Amino acid sequence: MAGSPVQVTGTVLTTRRVDAYHALTVVAPGIADRFRPGHFVTVAVGGRNSSMLTRRAFTIHDVKPDYGGTVELVFGVRGAGTAWLADLRARDTLDLVGPLGRPFPLPRDPCTCVLVGDEHGAAPLFALGDALQRRGCRIDFVLGAPSADRVFGALRARRMGETTTLATEDGSLGMRGTVTDVLPGVIADARADAVYACGPMETLRGVTAVAAEFGIPVQVAVEEFMACGIGVCMTCVVPVIGDDGVTRMVRACVEGPVFRGERVRFDDVGTIPFDALGAPGGRHA
Amino acid sequence: MTADLRTYLAHVELPNPVLTASGCGGTGRELAQFSDVHRLGAFVTRSITMAPRAGRPTPRMAETPSGLLNAVGLQGPGVEAFLERELPWLAERGARTVVSIGGGTVAEYTALARRLAGAAGVTAVEINLSCPNVEDRGRVFARDGAAAAEVVASVRAATPYEVPVIAKLSPDVADIVAVARACVDGGADALSMINTPVGMSIDVDTMRPVLAAGTGGLSGPAVRPLAVRCVWQVHAALPGVPIVGMGGVMTGRDALELILAGACAVAVGTALFHDPYACPRVLRELEELLQERGFDRLADVVGLAHRPAGAQPRTRSDLEESSL
Repeated sequence: MAGSPVQVTGTVLTTRRVDAYHALTVVAPGIADRFRPGHFVTVAVGGRNSSMLTRRAFTIHDVKPDYGGTVELVFGVRGAGTAWLADLRARDTLDLVGPLGRPFPLPRDPCTCVLVGDEHGAAPLFALGDALQRRGCRIDFVLGAPSADRVFGALRARRMGETTTLATEDGSLGMRGTVTDVLPGVIADARADAVYACGPMETLRGVTAVAAEFGIPVQVAVEEFMACGIGVCMTCVVPVIGDDGVTRMVRACVEGPVFRGERVRFDDVGTIPFDALGAPGGRHA
Repeated sequence: MTADLRTYLAHVELPNPVLTASGCGGTGRELAQFSDVHRLGAFVTRSITMAPRAGRPTPRMAETPSGLLNAVGLQGPGVEAFLERELPWLAERGARTVVSIGGGTVAEYTALARRLAGAAGVTAVEINLSCPNVEDRGRVFARDGAAAAEVVASVRAATPYEVPVIAKLSPDVADIVAVARACVDGGADALSMINTPVGMSIDVDTMRPVLAAGTGGLSGPAVRPLAVRCVWQVHAALPGVPIVGMGGVMTGRDALELILAGACAVAVGTALFHDPYACPRVLRELEELLQERGFDRLADVVGLAHRPAGAQPRTRSDLEESSL
C-alpha cells in the first residue's frame, strides 16, 4: 500500500461542467503529493451535522501542482449527496480523505496498453495514461457510454492516445455498441500487451473476457458501493480469487479498487459464492 | 489543567472513556493510519467467531436519515487467524483490546472464551448477544434474559478472573432492565448498550429491499435517544454496574449525554465511517466540555442526570468559595 492517507479540509478552487458530469478541483496538497493513478478519495457530504453519514468515494481524475497541490474529481448527480457536491462553489470547503486504495500497477518495460473507460469511469485513465507514456508505453483509448453527452474525456483521449475508439449504445458518437464490442478490434490492431479498464461491473466483466481471449493481462478498477473507504465498514466486498486459489470476500476499498480482472468473480458479484472462505455451509472451519 | 478521564470497566482501569464500537474499527490497522490505537480507551474488535465467515451478500449497507442500516453478517477470519495476526499486532502497539465474540450456540461462545483465555493482550471480553441462537429457531440471545444469562455464565466461567466479561445488550426487547439484570446475575462484570435495533429500507425505484439480507441493524444519531433511554433505565436499576454506552455518538456532546445517563465509557461506531479521526476528536471535545462545566474528574459526571431536579452539581467555584 502506497503512502498513508490523510484527512484534509480542502478549498474548492473551480467547479465546471463536463458534458453530463460535474468536475470539482479542490486544493488538497497532502493528497496530491501521495497520488498515484487509480487512487481514490472519499468526501463527506452535507456539511457539518450532515444527516448523510457515509462518505462518497470518487476516483481522482487529475492532480496538479497549483497552490501546493490540487485534486480533481468527476461525478454525475445520482442522489442527495452528489447533488450537494454539485452545488459547491469556489472557496467552499470540502472534507476529503485520501489517497485511498491500491493504484494501477505499471509495467516494468515499455509495452502497448489499451485503456478502456465506460462513462465517467474513464476519469482515472488519463493520469494512468500519463504515467504509462512516461515509461515509454504506447496507449490506445476505448471510451464508451449510452449516449454522446456521457462519453467522458474523448478530446483529451484523442490528444494523448495513439488511437482513440469511441462507442455509444445509441450510435450518437463513434461506433454503435459498447466498449466490449469494439475492444477486440482495438487490441488486435494495436497488438496490445495489456488492458486497463474502469467502469461498471458489467463492462469490466466483458473487458476481462475479451482480454482473456487474447491471453493478455487486464487490470480493472471496480465500482462498488462504499461507506467508509478506509476498510472498516465491510460494505464494498467483492468475491476475488487469491494467490492461493481461495476465493475471499475482499474489500474493494483496501485490497482494490484495482484487481487483476481474471481474479474477480464477476458472475458472483452480489452473492457469497458457495466455495468462498467462510461461506455458509463451507468446510473451511 | 487537564481533567482526570480515567474510567474503570469492573477493576480494569482505562486511561480514557472513548472506545471503538465493535465492528466499526476493522482490525485496528485501518484506524492506525490516522491515529494511534493505544490512545483509545480501548479498541473493541469486530465480533470474532470460531470459523471464518464470509458474511452477507452485497448490498450490505444503506444510508437512512442520520443513520445507517447494515447487514454485514460478522464477516471475519475466525478466531485462529485473529489470534495469529490481529491480536498480537494490537498488543504490540500497546492497545487495550476488548475482544467481541459471537456464536450460534452457548457451546460456541464458551469455546471462544476458552480459546481466548490463554491469549496475551485481552483486556476484556465483550459478548455480542445479538447473534441468532441456532438452538432456538434463530432468535437472538439478547431478546431473552435466560438465554443471555446462560451465555454470560458459561463465558464468565471459561474466562480468567482478571478479565472482565461485558454483555452487549440489544434494545429490541420489551424490558431491557430485566435482560440486564439477568446478565449481571449470570456473572457479567459490565454491560454495553445498545447494539443496533433491526430496521429495514425499501428502494422505491426497484421496489425491493435495499439490503440483500432484507433487514439490517440501524446505527448512527438516529438511534441515540434510544441508547440514552436504555443506559438511563439500566443505570437507574443497577447503579453499581459499569455501562459502556454507544449509539450514534458523533461528538463530545453526544458522549457526555450517554455519560450523564449513566455510562462510564462510550463507544464510537458509525462516526468512524464518516470521520476516521472521530475517537480522538470525541475525547478532546468531551474533555473540553467537562472543563467548561467545572469538572476535573470524569467519574463525577457519570449518571449525574439522575440527581433530583433542583439539586445543583458541586462545581469548582463552590469549593474555592468554601471557607475551609
